Amino acid sequence: MTTVLDVQDVTKVYGTGDTAVHALRGVRLTVDQGDYVAIMGASGSGKSTLMNILGCLDVPSGGRYLLDGLDVGALDDRRLAVLRNRRIGFVFQSFNLIPRMSALANVELPLAYGGVKAAERRRRALAALAQVGLADRVGHEPNELSGGQQQRVAVARALVTSPALLLADEPTGNLDTRSTEDVLGVLDRLSADGRTIVLITHEDDVAARAKRVIRLVDGRIVEDRRAAPVAGPPPGPMGTGVRHR
Amino acid sequence: MTLEVLRFALRGLAANKLRSGLTTLGILIGVGAVIMLVAVGNGSSQQVQKNIERLGTNTLTVMPSTSGGRGGGGGGGFARLLRAAGGAAQQTGPRAQAKSLTVDDARALADAKSAPSVKSVSPVVTASSANATYEGTAHAIQQFVGTYPAYFEASNDPVARGTYFSDDDVLNDRKVVVIGNTVAEDLFGTVDPLGRQITVSGVNFTVVGVLKTKGSSGFQDADDVAIAPLPAVQQSLTGYGALNQIVVQAKSPKTVDAAQSEVTGILNQRHDITGSNTADFQILNQASLQSAISSSSRTFTVLLGAVAAISLLVGGIGITNIMLVTVTERTREIGIRKAIGAPKGAILGQFLVEATVLSLLGGLLGVAAGVIGSQFTVVGVQPVIVPSSIALALGVSVAIGLFFGSYPANRAAKLRPIEALRHE
Ligand SMILES: Nc1ncnc2c1ncn2[C@@H]1O[C@H](COP(=O)(O)OP(=O)(O)OP(=O)(O)O)[C@@H](O)[C@H]1O
Ligand SMILES: [Mg+2]
Repeated sequence: MTTVLDVQDVTKVYGTGDTAVHALRGVRLTVDQGDYVAIMGASGSGKSTLMNILGCLDVPSGGRYLLDGLDVGALDDRRLAVLRNRRIGFVFQSFNLIPRMSALANVELPLAYGGVKAAERRRRALAALAQVGLADRVGHEPNELSGGQQQRVAVARALVTSPALLLADEPTGNLDTRSTEDVLGVLDRLSADGRTIVLITHEDDVAARAKRVIRLVDGRIVEDRRAAPVAGPPPGPMGTGVRHR
Repeated sequence: MTLEVLRFALRGLAANKLRSGLTTLGILIGVGAVIMLVAVGNGSSQQVQKNIERLGTNTLTVMPSTSGGRGGGGGGGFARLLRAAGGAAQQTGPRAQAKSLTVDDARALADAKSAPSVKSVSPVVTASSANATYEGTAHAIQQFVGTYPAYFEASNDPVARGTYFSDDDVLNDRKVVVIGNTVAEDLFGTVDPLGRQITVSGVNFTVVGVLKTKGSSGFQDADDVAIAPLPAVQQSLTGYGALNQIVVQAKSPKTVDAAQSEVTGILNQRHDITGSNTADFQILNQASLQSAISSSSRTFTVLLGAVAAISLLVGGIGITNIMLVTVTERTREIGIRKAIGAPKGAILGQFLVEATVLSLLGGLLGVAAGVIGSQFTVVGVQPVIVPSSIALALGVSVAIGLFFGSYPANRAAKLRPIEALRHE
């Protein structure tokens, strides 16, 4: 079993002196390939902070973080960019779509930076948008989409490169039951394909779809519960398990 | 990938059309102004140069000194048009008994032994506002010149039709005349003046030639002139007194200065000028006038260029400002792009291309504006484009775009994704 994520005593302090905020106070965590991890915790417990570090978007104040055995802190800018582009799909809590660009163009963007040809790019972007149920909204710009639709575009953008590691910060936070089911179905399928998934959620029924649930309180891991074996399929809706395709 | 970056840049520009347009306009004006103003400066200096050249080449004009003026150079052959041009007395000090210029002086200057650099010498008398009539039509000729045939070459006065008068005409005191274009038109209209007679002060002159048009020099009509053999004019108009001037032509541009010192030496001797007293003649040297004027017109061009360069710089600052605003405004977008794997180079490239396209577009439009603007006459000056000013202005505008665009772009590209994303 290969370890994909290896977080060693990571701390994160925002600000200095009296106003310093200790968002992470020594997090130790390893995630194996193919695992499906849900991170839970109260608001402000440091979930997003941890996620940003996992996604190589931010650097820890202390400790080390290894991705695929590589110390991320030692990588230069260019290799970090390749890593973010090829290995990681990131869904932001606040969508982070580029304004004045159509849903299709937004989803195509990671492929463009990955050097994929235009026709191939378009085909894959359309497929990813269809997967999240937005085939009829490809030409709309972010400000013409509802919150839930924007979130699903963000999910499509994260999975369009077929990344081995999918990091999602509350991907269902703004979605109704049906859309939540669509997105979770996509994640289940990716997990069944053997991809590694880490997601943040406040909802128990979303966490119930993961193989492992981690609970954060004040920047520390207080609970790490395995619900299903790493090697097996994800528990699926109501813990019924998802069939392999 | 490069193509993608280019597309992103163009899309970024298109998203903010008004802003892009105004920035382009700033550069356009800067580049256009450089090309246009340099062209105007160049055009006016060429015009002045041409004005001087058509007064004659390699010439020195010797005139009686009416006052004990200060030293310095002057213009030659210039006298006919610019009588007031400041001349130069050779020395300062008390004036000896002033002697006027005579035909004998001219003859002495033509001596090949003592003045080897001199090619020809033409004694000149001029009568202003000489009334000429032809079959009832009257015209006051501004300058009626009496001289020798060498004058035509020295003062750069070729004939358009007919011929010059000859040495023979001078020796035989023949009443022939070569007239300027204005005189020809005023007196003869459409009639061919060659061979016809005009009456000046009761004396009949036969027209043998019409001078080529010189145009107005700004002071007076250079074509309102008539040139006749010296004795004929002396007899009928000016009398046999002093000469108004002696036009000396040097053998080559290089020998003008040598000729000037030879002429000075000979005349000093003949007029008894010694170290302590002021010369009673002055010599206008066309070459030195030309260089004085061309250096002052160069200063003029440089000054215009500097003003234009400042406007170009202001345009450049405009680009920097816009790029700063653009980058700040789009920091979040930069964060998103970096988060999904855009390398630093792609971000940098995108903004650099945006800046370069703005400045290049502005530059090219500016070149077009400058070139078109230079087709029109500006305050009486026909601008002449200096090709290097186009290359320079365009190069500078692109360099400005690259240089000033790279600063904010570099700053943005260096941000960590999360820093950029948190930017509001
Ligand atoms: N850029 C920042 N500067 C200062 N403090 C920050 C910054 N980002 C986060 N924090 C603080 O760090 C702590 C953890 O924030 P984080 O965003 O990780 O919480 P979270 O668990 O994701 O909360 P939520 O569930 O509301 O998204 C909070 O107290 C927050 O105020
Ligand atoms: Mg959060």
